[in-house]
Order: sequence, then C-alpha cells, then structure tokens
Amino acid sequence: MQWLNVILQGVLIGGLYAMFAAGLSLIFGVMRLVNIAHGDLIVLAAYVSLVATQTFGMDPLTSLLLVVPVMALIGYGLQRGLLNRTLGDDLLPPLLVTFGLSIIIQNGLLELFTADSRKLQAGAIEIQTFQLVENLWIGALPLIQFAVAVAVIGGLQLLFYRTALGRALRATSDDQAVAQLMGLDTRHVFAVAMALSLAVIAIAGVFLAVRANFDPAIGPARLIFAFEAVIIGGLGSMWGTLAGGIILGVSQAIGAQIDPGWQLLAGHIVFLAILAVRPQGLFPKVSG
Amino acid sequence: MPDGPLLKITAVDAFYGDFQALFGVSLSVDAGQVVAVIGANGAGKSTLLKCIAGLMHPSRGEILFENTATTNTPAFEALKLGIALVPEGRRLFQSLTVEENLLIGGQSRRPGPWTLARVYELFPVLAERRNLPAPALSGGQQQMAAIGRALMSNPRLLLCDEISLGLAPIVVRDIYARLPQITAEGLSLVIVEQDIVQALRAATNVYCLQEGRVALHGAARDLSREKISAAYFGV
Amino acid sequence: MIVEHATRSSRIGVVLIAIALVVLVSAPYWGDRQTLRLLAEMFTFIALASLWNLLAGYAGLVSVGQQAFVGLGGYVLFALAMLLDVNPILAIFVAGPVGALVAVPVALLIFRLRGAYFAIGTWVVAEVFRLLASQVSVLGGGSGISLPASVVLAMAPSRQMREFEMYWLALLLTVAILATIFVLLRSRHGLALTAIRDNELAAQSTGIGVWSIKFAVYVLTAFGTAMVGAFIFLQKLRISPDTAFSVNDWTAFVIFITVIGGIGRIEGPIIGTIIFFALRQSFAGLGSLYLLMMGAVAIVVMLWAPKGLWGMIVERLGWQILPLQRHLVLRKDARGKS
Repeated sequence: MQWLNVILQGVLIGGLYAMFAAGLSLIFGVMRLVNIAHGDLIVLAAYVSLVATQTFGMDPLTSLLLVVPVMALIGYGLQRGLLNRTLGDDLLPPLLVTFGLSIIIQNGLLELFTADSRKLQAGAIEIQTFQLVENLWIGALPLIQFAVAVAVIGGLQLLFYRTALGRALRATSDDQAVAQLMGLDTRHVFAVAMALSLAVIAIAGVFLAVRANFDPAIGPARLIFAFEAVIIGGLGSMWGTLAGGIILGVSQAIGAQIDPGWQLLAGHIVFLAILAVRPQGLFPKVSG
Repeated sequence: MPDGPLLKITAVDAFYGDFQALFGVSLSVDAGQVVAVIGANGAGKSTLLKCIAGLMHPSRGEILFENTATTNTPAFEALKLGIALVPEGRRLFQSLTVEENLLIGGQSRRPGPWTLARVYELFPVLAERRNLPAPALSGGQQQMAAIGRALMSNPRLLLCDEISLGLAPIVVRDIYARLPQITAEGLSLVIVEQDIVQALRAATNVYCLQEGRVALHGAARDLSREKISAAYFGV
Repeated sequence: MIVEHATRSSRIGVVLIAIALVVLVSAPYWGDRQTLRLLAEMFTFIALASLWNLLAGYAGLVSVGQQAFVGLGGYVLFALAMLLDVNPILAIFVAGPVGALVAVPVALLIFRLRGAYFAIGTWVVAEVFRLLASQVSVLGGGSGISLPASVVLAMAPSRQMREFEMYWLALLLTVAILATIFVLLRSRHGLALTAIRDNELAAQSTGIGVWSIKFAVYVLTAFGTAMVGAFIFLQKLRISPDTAFSVNDWTAFVIFITVIGGIGRIEGPIIGTIIFFALRQSFAGLGSLYLLMMGAVAIVVMLWAPKGLWGMIVERLGWQILPLQRHLVLRKDARGKS
C-alpha cells in the first residue's frame, strides 16, 4: 500500500511537471524556440502571485485572475520586443539571449525579494485529504493541481486543433512565409503564442508557490523538469508531455522513497535511460 | 472604379543580396485582365510576383495597386488590400487538412463572393478530400487547393506562380479550364508560366521576361510565335 | 597558388604575443601576490572561454553544462591528492584524461539531442554530476571538503614558491590549451571545423565527417576543461558540489566573456576576459546587480553585434592577432607565370 501511495503522489506531481512542460513544448512547436528562461519565468509568476496576495489580500488561487493576464502581457511584449529578433536559422542568438534573460530574471528577483525562501498559503485546502481506499489517501490540493493540469493540456489541444487561432499557429509553424501570404502577421502570431505559453506558466507558477518553498534560484531546476518531461514524452505531443511529466514524477517519488537524497537523481537517471534507449520519446509526433 | 490600371509597376529593380534579378521592369494590369508573364528559368518571373505580393521589396521603382503605393507593403498587409499569391510549388500547410488550408486562406475575412462552399463547387475533388491532411493529395489536387486557398481571401488580384509545374498535361488543362469561372466576377489574374501554350491561350496580355528585363509585351493575339521565341530566348 | 596564413597585422600580432609572453612569464619577479592571483584567475577564464568557444563557436555545440567537467576535474584532484597521496600537480594532468574518458559515454548520450535541447541536456548531465558528488561522503558529501595542509605543503617548501608554482602552472596550462586550439584550427581538421561553423549542411555534403569531428571536439574540450577545473580547485583549496558545478561561475561568466569578446574567433575569449575583468574591478561589490548587467550586455551584444567586439574589429579593419586566415596567393614561377 505504501508504494501505491508513493506512486500516486508521483502521478499527481507529474501533472505539475506536465504544466511546466506544456508551455515549453508549445513554443518549440510553433517557432522552434527553446526558452532557457522558462523555469525562471515560472518563478517570476510565483513572485507576481506573492505581490498580488500581499498587496490585495487575495488568496493564491484568486490571484490567478491577476497573474495570468500579467504574465500573458509580459509574454507578448517579450516576444514582440526581444525574442522575435532572435528567430532565424542561427542557433546561437535565441539560446544566448534567453540564457541572458534567465540570468537577468534570477538576479532581478534576488535584488527585489532577497534569497529568502517563500511560500504562499492557500488555507485549509492545503491540508485537506480524501481517503480513496483503505490506507490510500489523496491530498485535495495535489488532486486539484492534477485536474487543472489535465484541463490545461486538454484546453491547449482544443485550441490548437479546433480554433482559428490554433490553425494560424500551426500554419505559421509550418511555413512562415506562406502564412504571411495568408494575411497573418507572424510577429503578432509568435507573440500570441508566447503570451499563451506564459499564461500556462502563470498557472504553473502559482501552483508551485502554494505547493512548495520557492526562491529566485529554483528556476533552472524547473526548466530541467519541463525539458525532461518533454523529451520523455516525445516532441510534438501534448498528451505525450503529460505522460512524460507523470513518469518523471513517479520516478522521483520512488527515488525519494528509497533515499531522500535520491529524489532528483532518480528522475535524471530515468530521463537518461529513455534518451539512451528511445531518444524520440515514448509518444513522439514529430522528429526532433 | 478607380482610375487607371489595377496594378502598375514602374521601373522596378530587385536584388537577392548582391545579385540583381530585375532590371527596370514595368508592367500594368487592368481590372478584369489576364496577364501572362513568360520567360525561361531564372528570368525573374517569380521575383516579380514576390515583389507584387510583398514577400520581397524592390530597391528601386514603384508598385501601385489601385492607386496606392504598395512598393514596401509587407505580404500580410498586401493580402488585406486584395493581392493574393498562389506560390510556386503549391506550399500547402503540411500539418493542416485540406479544409483547414482553405479556412486559413479566408482568415482575413475580406468580403466577397468566394466562400468554402463556392471553392468546393469549383473544385469538387477537394470537397471529397476535405478532411485529409494536405500531403495526402496528388499534385494536381494540391494545386487546386492552393488556388482555392488564395481565392478564399477574396482578392482583387490573383497571382499564380507556375501552376503547371510538375503536373501532367491533362491535369493542367483541367485547371486552366476553370480559370474563366475564377475571373467571371472581375478578378484580375497574373499568371507566371513556363508552359507558353496554356499561358497564351488564357491571357489577354503577355509580358516576356529575359534575364530580368522585359523583352517583349503586348496583346496575346498580336504576338507571333517567332516574336515570342526571339524574346524568350534572347536571340 | 599556395595557401598563406599570415597577414601584415598578424605578423605584428605574433611579435606582440612573444613580448606579452616574456612579460607574463617574468611576472613573479615584478608583480605582487595580488597581481599574480588576478592574472592566474584571468588565465583560467581565458582557457575555459577558449575551450567553450571551440565547442560552440566552431563545432556548433552550445553547451551550458561545461561546469560538469570543471567540477569533475576538481573532484578528481581532491580524490587523487587526499585518498591516493598523488602529488597535486601531477593530479592535474591526470584529471585531463579522466575528463576525456567520462566525456565519451556522455557524448554518446546527449548527441541524440539537437540544438537548444542539446544545451539543456548538457545542463542535466552537470546536475547529475553535482548530485552524485553530494553522495560521495568521503569527499565531503553535500557540504564539501578542504584540502589538508599536508597535501598543500607537499607542493613546495615555501609559500612564495607555491604561489610562483601555481602562477606558472596557470600560465602553462592556458598557453598549452591555446596552442593546441591554434594548431587544431590551422590543420586540415580546423578547416573542416570552420566549414562546419559557417554552414553545417554544406560541410556535410562535401564529405566531412561532421559527427565524428564534433565528438572529437567535445571529448577534447572536456579534457582541457577538466584540467583547468583541477587547477581552479587546487587554487581554492576547498571544494563542494555547489561551487564545483556552479552554473554562474563556470558557464554564465564564460558565455558572457565569449559572446562579448567574439564567438568563433580565437582572439575573442582573450579580449572578452580582459573586458570582463576590467568591468569586475570597477563594479565589484554590486553582487547580483553586476550579474544582471552582464546578462543585459550579453543580450545587447548578441542582438546588435553578434560577432562580438573582436568580430567587429575584424570586419572593420581586417585585423587578426594570430595568423589563422587562409588566403590564396598567386605566386609567379621562374617563367613569370602564376
């Protein structure tokens, strides 16, 4: 029973990892950009939520109403103002610019908020649990987070495959020049994609803030989790990313159960193993 | 109705980096006309269409569309003004279905007679395959889809870049047979072709490009075979 | 027709380098302890940046995980010196081959990734190394360990001698690494690398074995990086997983140096290091604000001067300090024909 519990916890946190990964996957799919600052943006969202809860006295989940639009706007501006200039055939500019961005965000947050560890309080819902079967408990908050993650991924799938915006995003990713011929301003399309990605990051960031302690330096680790989830699941598939997140979460949970110091290592080892044995991921849609 | 020609290109030079592709090219298209631009490979035909459509910009000269200067207008704005390009090689969106490709063509919501239903009427084979991914279609069907996609934006000027390329003659004849339905409501066409026979049959006016320059132009019926050969090959 | 490497500016450059070397070698006799330490630190960054430049600027392998080998080198040194009583200076030269050996399976794994995903993959590898190092309790585990006095004393009889030794070691390592890179770039393989740098697809179509060259460069770079890493931690006398595998210290600064100096040019990292240290002297004590500034400068340079400072100079003036260009020269033979 204990192991079942461990696996269950792993599955639930996998949902959060999948949310980390969804934004990364989206951007790579639309414009072949990997945002090294992705993890730091998640942390930024957590801090925005912190400011919102402190200034307006809202609870974290309500702060989503503020954090999501703010982050989406930041995403639009970031893409339009900075990242659009890095797109092209050369690999170095987007990589180095987003790396520079990562350093800027980390140190900016450090200056503004110090290195102190923070956590947001969500109230009673944090300790509420349900009993599924005998000896198997599930926390309300992790369950909600998992449900939201599934909803977000499902929502993104719907957006991509059943709306005009999704069509525009897919067309632009297929052939930028011809998309222009269809009347699509690709600068705007890319910026909308980034805004979407940051909206998802915002949700992930708020959940992160409620679930665990955060400080300006934890961004890179989130990027790595997101990246591992995407690679394990396979490029180009949103549901694959969900599966990847779950596998990562479960690996870490099992590792932690064996020895607390092995939590992160277990995840990395599973990632490397999958990279060795099945580099295209478990459910790939496109080739890397 | 605006005064003067629908499209007027004056003394346009175009470069790819250091390489000059067009030298002082002038061309005009009146409303309702079908203009054919012929010439050998590398003569500059595609370059000319790209300049009109806004995918690239001339470094000298002027392009006027409905009396508005569009010399430096980017492609996505040119579409909104009413210029649509059927690109060389079809270039359908690979991860979209046939119907999605057509819908994307219409995303700018320009008013006009062309709707999804009307395009399916023009090319029934597309209706049969509407939910297939674009790569699943044959060459001829893809060409029809590409034309339909451009029509969905309800353009005033339709540019067709080598629609016969890589297609069997019977398929080419089939497509060209439908052109009158396309121009019926006054849509103007510029057709770039290597297949001179089809181009001359469909066109009212002809321009022949040779190494980036206009070597010959005039009404289709006025130009003899000999004159065209001479202009085409630069003899 | 023959291929010549030198230009007028590069002939001047070679002379300048010779003079600089003489000055630097004699530094212990005219410089104080502070200066020696500063110079040694600059040398290590020049070495690390030059190696990163070879990897990213020439082979197109952008790694944000070279700290894996810096830390590996450091831990190899500590392990050899503390557990096996190996002379620390000798241990530095063992760290190189160890780094190269470890790089082989690592490369086989992460070469399955492309572009930016490759970059993050290198980061994951560095993280794995860091976590593994935390598990090794005999070398201090998570909190790290200091080099015992006995080991330090074994290096040289007096403190001054030790300082001189460390300085010359840093200079030797850096010159050796730069010389190796120079020889490599001048060789046939260097031509292949430059081709890969300029246009990988085209290079592949001419029959250059792109994969094997990249693999070789990755392993070679790991060799050099591990040696520098071993030196760095011998200098620091203390190691811990967080300092050994720090992204900020060994990757962020290195990247900034190379970007600002000029990627894909051998002189770039040298120029970049000088600028970096000049800035650091002026803005020391600003802590995270300094890093923030560096990030912003790197972004600005990447977008508006992507070839870096040296790249701009080369473009404007056609200078090069080291004779690395290849130009065809028409030579008339005895009959006056070329």
